[in-house]
Amino acid sequence: MTQQGVRWTADQVLALAPDAASREAGSELGAAGPWSQAGSSDEGTVWGLCKGSGSTPYRTVVDIAEANGPAYSCSCPSRKSPCKHALGLLLLWAGGDGTVSRGQAPDWAERWIEGRRQHAQIKGTAAGHGGGTTGDPEAARRRAERRAERITAGAEELEQRLADLLRGGLASAEQAGYGLWEETAARMVDAQAPGLAARVRELGSLPASGAGWPARLLEECALLHLLDRGWLRRERLPAGLAATVRSRVGLPGSPEGPPVRDTWLVLAQYDTSDGRLTTRRIWLYGSETGRTVLLLSFAAAGRAPEPSLPVGLSFEAEVSRYPGDGQPRVALGERFTPPEPVAVRPAGLTTVRAAARYGEALRADPWLESFPVTLNRVIPTPAGDAWQLADADGGTALPITPSSAARPGLWRLVALSGGGPVTVFGECGHLGFTPLTAWPETAGEAVPLC
Amino acid sequence: MTATPAPPDTAPDVPWDELVTVALLGTGRRTPAWLPPGRAAPTALLDLAAVETVRRRAGLRPAPAEARPVPAAPDPRPPLPPAAVRRLALLLSERPGAVGGRRGAAPDLMELLPQWLSLANARGFAPPPQALPALLDAARGRTDLRPAALAFAGPRALWLARLNPDWRFALRSTPGGGAELPSSEDGDRIRALWQEGLFAERVALLAALRTRQPAAARELLASTWAAERAEDRLMFLDSLRAGLEAADEPFLEQALSDRSRNVRATAAELLSALPGSALAGRMAARAAACVAIDRTRPEAVIVVEAPHQCDPGMERDGVVPNPPAGRGERSWWLGQLVEAAPLGAWPVRLGRRTPEEIVALPVADDWRDELHAAWCRAAVRQRDPGWSRALLGRPSAPEAGGPGAVSLAERAKLLSILEAADRADWVAGFIATHGLSEAFQLLGVCAVPWAAPLGRAVVDALDIARDAGSYPWSFSGVMGLAERCLDPAEASRLDALTAIPDETEDTSPGAGGYWAEAFQRLTTTLRLRATMRQELGEP
Repeated sequence: MTQQGVRWTADQVLALAPDAASREAGSELGAAGPWSQAGSSDEGTVWGLCKGSGSTPYRTVVDIAEANGPAYSCSCPSRKSPCKHALGLLLLWAGGDGTVSRGQAPDWAERWIEGRRQHAQIKGTAAGHGGGTTGDPEAARRRAERRAERITAGAEELEQRLADLLRGGLASAEQAGYGLWEETAARMVDAQAPGLAARVRELGSLPASGAGWPARLLEECALLHLLDRGWLRRERLPAGLAATVRSRVGLPGSPEGPPVRDTWLVLAQYDTSDGRLTTRRIWLYGSETGRTVLLLSFAAAGRAPEPSLPVGLSFEAEVSRYPGDGQPRVALGERFTPPEPVAVRPAGLTTVRAAARYGEALRADPWLESFPVTLNRVIPTPAGDAWQLADADGGTALPITPSSAARPGLWRLVALSGGGPVTVFGECGHLGFTPLTAWPETAGEAVPLC
Repeated sequence: MTATPAPPDTAPDVPWDELVTVALLGTGRRTPAWLPPGRAAPTALLDLAAVETVRRRAGLRPAPAEARPVPAAPDPRPPLPPAAVRRLALLLSERPGAVGGRRGAAPDLMELLPQWLSLANARGFAPPPQALPALLDAARGRTDLRPAALAFAGPRALWLARLNPDWRFALRSTPGGGAELPSSEDGDRIRALWQEGLFAERVALLAALRTRQPAAARELLASTWAAERAEDRLMFLDSLRAGLEAADEPFLEQALSDRSRNVRATAAELLSALPGSALAGRMAARAAACVAIDRTRPEAVIVVEAPHQCDPGMERDGVVPNPPAGRGERSWWLGQLVEAAPLGAWPVRLGRRTPEEIVALPVADDWRDELHAAWCRAAVRQRDPGWSRALLGRPSAPEAGGPGAVSLAERAKLLSILEAADRADWVAGFIATHGLSEAFQLLGVCAVPWAAPLGRAVVDALDIARDAGSYPWSFSGVMGLAERCLDPAEASRLDALTAIPDETEDTSPGAGGYWAEAFQRLTTTLRLRATMRQELGEP
């Protein structure tokens, strides 16, 4: 973001933090006290000296002009990125209390920025010239074949296990417990089918998931069976569906679609973690194409996935989609502008249309859990112990999923509504609706709910 | 969401529940006839279930909508400026208790929230609705924040509080439990609420009415007085403290013969705060009989003859006959009489002297402490600035610093009766003479931001404490107050103090660095407060 753009908010800065400890440590450093010679340049560089425990202050510099998200450098020994000093510096800058003065970057900061920009240029040229020359194509083909064979063996074994389960009855699964599934999941990891492994692990948790578990377990077994059959007969499937099956099984794809240039509004960004891996999902809405696409990124626990995009702002960029029917995932290509505030909002639907859109999306990808939609003019409404989003102008409502109703975002949504209609973006699926971002009925900024 | 029934042309037409039942028991136990032939039974069942699962999900339809909530009352206040919205989010993002240990040079954001709220309330802004949950959570954790936080939060917060049990406190803390109080013209609704409302609602109603129409509130209370329970009478009577006026006297006089002793005592206390009341007159006469100038001596001396008994008249006027353990009963009675007697009567009684002259007079037979303490209580009860100033004395007097007739707690109370500027001057003078070690309580009653002379006195005293070589945490209480109360304009004067001074033989090891850090935090906090103020705009 340059000087023409808005300063970031503290929330946006804190969203960059790799973990809760950094967030807290960074907040403490977001005050003038330990900082000296802090400044920012019109070119989008923020720098400062932060007094640490040693005698020499740490030199911290952040390049916020970088279209692919901010870049950090700090002379502290922390391995986290951004470190608490970089977060503190950005908070100080976001706070706008005049401690970070506008000026010329000192030499040490300038040198780093210069080095980075040169490096980026070299990388850009290299990518332009020799794309896709990663080793011997023949060897790659053989590797892919061997992996496919392993997956096939894994899928056949899994089919056998599912058949055994259905022959003995799901009731026996309740007694067998978690261990049975953990072992099968490990076999799928060996078979290099992480998508199957994740589904199997999910099966293990269902018998303990409360009333109605047999129906849920049967659903998931049946969908897993469907995926197995899809894989085993992938040659006979239409190309798009076959690609969907490959991606669901867990084969890595690479973006193949032609680059689509649009002004992308950041609809939502949220991270989930399984303890080892942090997954970041960013939903984007193309102002011209009207498409809603998903950026997925991953990082080891303790690090923040890149990039981080501020909800409610929009930027011009190219994206290219990953293969597979009904797959919203894209890869972010070149970015042309930094994120800026816009008045654009995604086009919204009624609750009836939203439910139908999920149904239609299942045609392309039957394993789809939910589909991104924006609801127009809905009112958060209490329904017993649960909540629903009710059409302001109709008689129907989508239930809010219990897990999202338990999060603090629900109350921000209810507060924003005040009993009146709001626009809500979220994921609509068979478990209900997960609200992610809301806009007030009148003009006003996007309110992140996740 | 609700499922769509299966369309009739899907074959084989097996209901989902039937599939689940077979799956639960296992095809090994029972192989239903409807399973398509040509495949192993479990696989055929999974095939059917897969089709049915996708069909069920694709056919999901929205549920019927429940009754929509009644919309929140509109908030007519203008919205916060954007910079202030961000500041509020930052102040609220600090969780109490999340930050352990030493604060270093960073400001304590949570401590600035009360100030931010009172500024925002003074400017009359409405909060951004999405900030209300965090605001309510903050108020839930800190009762001292509640009045300002709820005033700022406005009608939508009460609307929210009715939906979330975690925020019920907001309904209790707000007059009328969040329900609109009847307007003062609506006599019928007021009477209905007064007669049928819950206790909390009735207290709130009485308090609200008292601020608008003191007489109407008193009449409302009188209308049901005889039927109220003793504890309730006490609470209701206490709400007459606000807006106490001469017209309350007949009602209070009647309450003097109440069945409950606590009610009687409260009525007597309220009457004694009305200098023109009959009770005040009776107390003045009793007190005057005990305190006089001894005319037999060459120089003026006050002599005290404490009462010899507590007669029924005294008892009816609120004098408690039995002293607490360790007090003599005669001095106990005297204290109560002097405390309840109008201060205005003393100059005439004691030889046309000013309060200053009276306080300066010697008192015979060690009665001085007892007498002055009673006058202090009277000055606070009757909110008399002249007597308060006289009893406080000169701040630079040597006895002001030590435990004298007037304790620090009483001085703080007396100070609160003075005008803000007088208060600041007195405390500044106190600190200049006696330093900071006893000043904390006195600083707490001074108006925020501190007046210039007071601010300078505190900063100078901190500077002296640093030069004396002690560690800053001996003054952490005053430092914390200074961060919140010093005028932000003083920040520039502090810059010189944020450098680390050279260590000398007299200083404690490392103290210089800690002081520099403490002063850095002070200046940072002051600058932040100035920014906060700017973001909210000039009043």
